Amino acid sequence: MRRVAPGTLALVVSAAVVGPAPADDAPANSAGMSRGWEFSEQGGAALFQNVCAGCHQPDAKGAVGAGAYPSLVADKKLDSSDFMLAVLLGGLKGMPPVGDMMSDAQVAEVVNYVRTHFGNTYSDAVSAADVATARRRAPPP
Amino acid sequence: MNEATPALSRRRLFEIIGASVGGAAAYQAMTRLGYAEESSYRGPIKLDGDPKGASVIVLGAGLAGMTAAIELERAGYKVSVLEYNSRPGGRNWSLRGGDVYTELGGATQTCEFDPGHYLNPGPWRIPYHHYAILDYCRRFGVTLEPFIQLNHNAYLHSTSAFDGKPQRIRDIKADFDGGVAELLAKATRKGALDDAVSTEDQAILLEALRSLGALDKDFRYRAGDYSAAHRGYAKHAGGGLSAQPIAGEPIGLHDILTSRLWRGLQSFLLYDFQTTMFQPVGGMGRIGEAFARQIPDRIRYGAKVIAIQQNDNGVAIEFADLMAGGTVREVRADWCVCTIPLSILSQIPINVSAPMKAAIDAVPYASAVKFGLQFSRRFWEEDEHIFGGISYTDLPIRQISYPSTSFNAGGKGVLLGGYTFDGANSYEFTAMAPDERVKRAVAFGAQIHPQYLTAFENGVSVAWSRVPFTLGCAGDWSDEARKAHYDDLCEIDGRIVLAGEHSSYIPAWQEGAILSALDAIQRLHKRVIAS
Repeated sequence: MRRVAPGTLALVVSAAVVGPAPADDAPANSAGMSRGWEFSEQGGAALFQNVCAGCHQPDAKGAVGAGAYPSLVADKKLDSSDFMLAVLLGGLKGMPPVGDMMSDAQVAEVVNYVRTHFGNTYSDAVSAADVATARRRAPPP
Repeated sequence: MNEATPALSRRRLFEIIGASVGGAAAYQAMTRLGYAEESSYRGPIKLDGDPKGASVIVLGAGLAGMTAAIELERAGYKVSVLEYNSRPGGRNWSLRGGDVYTELGGATQTCEFDPGHYLNPGPWRIPYHHYAILDYCRRFGVTLEPFIQLNHNAYLHSTSAFDGKPQRIRDIKADFDGGVAELLAKATRKGALDDAVSTEDQAILLEALRSLGALDKDFRYRAGDYSAAHRGYAKHAGGGLSAQPIAGEPIGLHDILTSRLWRGLQSFLLYDFQTTMFQPVGGMGRIGEAFARQIPDRIRYGAKVIAIQQNDNGVAIEFADLMAGGTVREVRADWCVCTIPLSILSQIPINVSAPMKAAIDAVPYASAVKFGLQFSRRFWEEDEHIFGGISYTDLPIRQISYPSTSFNAGGKGVLLGGYTFDGANSYEFTAMAPDERVKRAVAFGAQIHPQYLTAFENGVSVAWSRVPFTLGCAGDWSDEARKAHYDDLCEIDGRIVLAGEHSSYIPAWQEGAILSALDAIQRLHKRVIAS
C-alpha cells in the first residue's frame, strides 16, 4: 500500500467523510451490480463480461478509435501469466489497475478465464496466492 | 509518517469518499489530491515579440488545443489544428436531439431529446474560481447561467435507511446540525469543555450553537419555531383561516447517524462545488463552438494522428484522413503543441526523450458514465418542488441532477439520470449495451422518483472508457506518478510541448486544460523568440 503525504492526508480527511467499509451498509437493491467501490462479481466469466468487456469488448476482440483497446483473442502476450498479473495489478499506459478493486481470488479467476478462452489455451492456472505475491511486487498504480 | 500508521492509498481514499457520497466527491478528491488551488489565471496572456512566420501544428481541438491555436495565431504564428472528431470541443460536448453517437464496440445511439434539451457527457459545471474559462467565455460571448449545485429541497437517499424513502437535504442538514449543536451545548454546560474553552468563550459558543443549530431557549433542538426556521414546517404557513403553520418533528440524531445520509452533505462543502457555479446557456458544448469560431478554417476534422516525428528543423505529423477513406497524409511545422489525451498519445509513435515518453505512459484514465433521460413532464418541479440541484443516492447511479434552466415553465425535461466516476459501477455500466444502461438508470431512479415509470420517454448514455476520442474520462494521476513524471510531461521536448488537463494540477476540469495550454505556449513562445 502506498502512503500519501501527511499534509495531503490531513487535507483529505478533513474534507472527506470516512465511513465504514461499503459492504456494511451497501444498497439492498442494486440489481446484481456491485454495492461498493470494489467488484462483487464472482467467477472469471462474470468478471470478464462486467469489467474487462467494457473496453476489450464482450468478444475480447478489442476496439479501435483514435486509439485502440487491444484484442485479447489468441493473444501471445498472455503466454506469461506474470505479464497479465502485472497489467491487472499495476495498470498499463491508459489502462487502470482494475485488480485494485478485486480480491486475489477474483484476479486469479479472471486471469485464468481469459487465458483459457477467446482462442487462448494456456493451461498453467494462477492461484490466489500467486496473485498475492504479484500484488506485493506490483509497482504502485 | 510512522511506519505503524495504517497506510491509506490514494485509491483507497477515493474508495472511501466514493462509497460515501458517490462519484462526484471521488472526482473532487482526485482534484484535491492534485493540490488544486485557486486558478492561477491572471488575465489574457501577452506573447510579445515577432515569431517571424514560425508555424505551429496543434494536435487536438479541445479547449487546450483551441486555446493554444487562438493565442498563437494572435501572436503571429501560422497555425493549423488536426482533430480526430468531426466537431470542435473534445470533451467539451453536449448531446442534443438528432445527434448520433457511436461508442467503441460499434453501438450507436441517436439522441431523441426534444429541441432545447441536452446532456453534457463531460464537463457540466464551472466553479466561480476557474478564472480562465470564465474570462474566455466572456471574451468569446458565451452566455452563462447559474448551475444549481446545492438545492435544500433535493434528496439524500439510501436503500437501507428510512425504508428507502428519500429524505430532503434540508431536513438532514438542519437536524444533523441541530442535534450536534444540542449535544455540544449540553457538554459545554456540564463543564466538559472547561479545560479547553474559557468561560467567556463558552458563553459565546453557546450563543453560536443556539443560533447556528436552531436551538430553543433551553439549548434543545425540538419541534417548534426555532427548528422550523431551519427545517421548514410540516404544514406551511398560509393565509386566512387555518393558516397557522405546524412545526415538524426533527429526525433524531441517532437515526441520521446510522442512516449515513450525512455523508451526502459533504459535496456541498467542497471548494470546487461551492456557489456560485455556472453553466453555458444551451449546453457546455457552446464553449467549444465559440472557441472554434475564433479560428475559422484552421481546424482540419477527421484527422487521426498516427505518428509524430521531430528533428532539429521541425515536426512531421502523419495522419489518416478519415474524410477520405483513411488516406495517410503528412503535415509539417516548426513546432507542435500536442493535446492528445495520454491514453491515446501513449499508443502513437513519437520521438521524444525517454523521460517524456515514460511520463506519457504513466497515467491511467478514469472510468466515468453519464446518463441523460428525457421525461414527458418536469415532475420533480411540479410534484416535488425541486428546482435544479442534485440528489445523492447509494444506488449505482449515485446521483440525479435536475436541469438548472427553464424553471417552472412546464413541458418536458431532461435529467442527468446518473453519474458515476471510478469504482466498480462505472466499469459495470460501461460493459453494458447503451439501451441496457438506460434501462437500469430508469429502474434505479424510479426508486427515488416513482414518476419515472410513467413519464420516461427516451435516454442516452456515455461511458467514457468507450469514447473513441479519449478512451477514458480524464488522467487519473497517482501522487507517486505525478511526483515521478509530471515535470517531464510538461517540459518542452525539442519542438514538441504537451498540453491538456493531464498536464495540469486541476485534472478533469476545463480550467486545467486551458491553464496548461497557456503555460505551454508562453514557454514555447519564449523559446521561439530566443531562437
